[in-house]
Amino acid sequence: MEVPLVLAQIELRVKGLNFYYSGGIHALKQINLQVYSKQVTALIGPSGCGKTTLLRCFNRMHDLYPGNRYEGEIHFVKDNILSPDTDLISLRSRIGMVFQKPTPFPMTIFYNIAYGLKLKGVSKRAELSELVEKALLHSALWDEVKDKLNSSAYDLSGGQQQRLVIARALAVNPEVLLFDEPTSALDPISTSKIEELFDKIKKEVTIIIVTHNMQQAARISDWTGFLMLGELVEFDTTDKIFTAPAEKLTEDYVTGRFG
Amino acid sequence: MTHERRRKIEGIIALTFSTLAAFLGLFWLVFILGDVLIHGVKALNLGLFINDPAPAGVDGGGLRNAFIGQLMITICATLIGVPVGVLGGTFLAEYARGRTIARIISILADIMVSVPSIVIGTFIYAVLVKPIGHFNGWAGAFALAIIMIPVVLRTTEDMLSLVPWTIREAAFALGAPYYKVITQVVYRAAATGILTGILLSIARVAGETAPLLFTSFNNSFYSLNMNGPISSLTVTIFQYAMGPYDSWHSQAWAAAFVITIFILLLTITGRLIIKWRYR
Repeated sequence: MEVPLVLAQIELRVKGLNFYYSGGIHALKQINLQVYSKQVTALIGPSGCGKTTLLRCFNRMHDLYPGNRYEGEIHFVKDNILSPDTDLISLRSRIGMVFQKPTPFPMTIFYNIAYGLKLKGVSKRAELSELVEKALLHSALWDEVKDKLNSSAYDLSGGQQQRLVIARALAVNPEVLLFDEPTSALDPISTSKIEELFDKIKKEVTIIIVTHNMQQAARISDWTGFLMLGELVEFDTTDKIFTAPAEKLTEDYVTGRFG
Repeated sequence: MTHERRRKIEGIIALTFSTLAAFLGLFWLVFILGDVLIHGVKALNLGLFINDPAPAGVDGGGLRNAFIGQLMITICATLIGVPVGVLGGTFLAEYARGRTIARIISILADIMVSVPSIVIGTFIYAVLVKPIGHFNGWAGAFALAIIMIPVVLRTTEDMLSLVPWTIREAAFALGAPYYKVITQVVYRAAATGILTGILLSIARVAGETAPLLFTSFNNSFYSLNMNGPISSLTVTIFQYAMGPYDSWHSQAWAAAFVITIFILLLTITGRLIIKWRYR
């Protein structure tokens, strides 16, 4: 791979990662890549290529289901997060995640944001209020919800719910945020609001996003990885992937010849 | 006869019979409820709730002992049965989800729901009455709790399973340990369903007689002692309705009326909650 133009710090380093689902399916094969700090890395590829599987390795989400197995290493700062002694609770508070469908909790807007903060031990009402407001301002939702913090999060629209969930994830100050097709269930206006958000928050947090939408990857990401059949075909700057990919497969995919 | 005509006649016959069957069922229901209502309201008076039974054959007196006893047994049964049922259902839907043990317990609970309550009564008799040597209120509460547990357990399991997995994953992704995911997020999402199940299970046991006959039995005196025999509305209805005195009969009607209304209210509340939740 070419030496990156942007000499950013490496936040996550994936080395020889293999992943097997409980049925024995070999979903990820010998993945090697680096995720650079405070940049947006997009993972693209056809359905079933393993991009979501890879994303869910970073916060060990696969551990929720018995029988799944990792091989290889993912270094986060210094530690190998795939090691069995990794404390998953602290890992997940450092590497947050936003899902395809908005996942507000059955509580008020305020407590949705406060939930993660309380898990981290913030308990004073004044401090909570301050941090909740900060998170909502951050995710550009404050003006829309400031007068109804005590109403149910279910009353919000899908796009607002997704920004609420992003605010909830941001509130705990994660170092990395994982996005699993965060806009595929949203309308174009909500989508563009969330894309604007990426620009704003990437100054503070490293972003990895799985997306089906290649234009989205091209618009918002600095780095792109193209996966197919569980293998990382190519990983490079987004510019390079979309204008001059090294691999024929990548070119065929990004130009829409298959997918 | 043309084909169309024949189909039309068949249709009318089917409609007639199913309507008749529906009315037949409804007739008895209205008859029973109406009868309880008419006789019950007639016998209803304040004295019924604040007086204890008069000596046999003497007019007057009330059923304070039975109302209080029923309340005590039902509350104790709820306090025992609900936590066990809810925690058991949580185990099945969360910790043992997808495992064989969960399926087996689930099926056993379904069987338990349809076990005749008198069988449970005799079982508790053997365990909590015979060894102690006398009937007691705790045995009654345990018998009712055992009837409640499978109902609450299965409802809890079903309601928790209905909560989408993505919500749990979202909570895990924030770094929540499993017990907090369950108690703070999943329970909230399933709260109305679980509450409805609890109300319906209370309604179910409040009308039980057979298990109490073998356990708490009956007591003609006002008693708050759960270690001794304790009166209940259902057993009192049984005893008074079978008794030789007219005053007993009318009090049995009143008791039947009160317990029917109580169960009706619980059921309606349960249904309203479902309707409100899934509107």
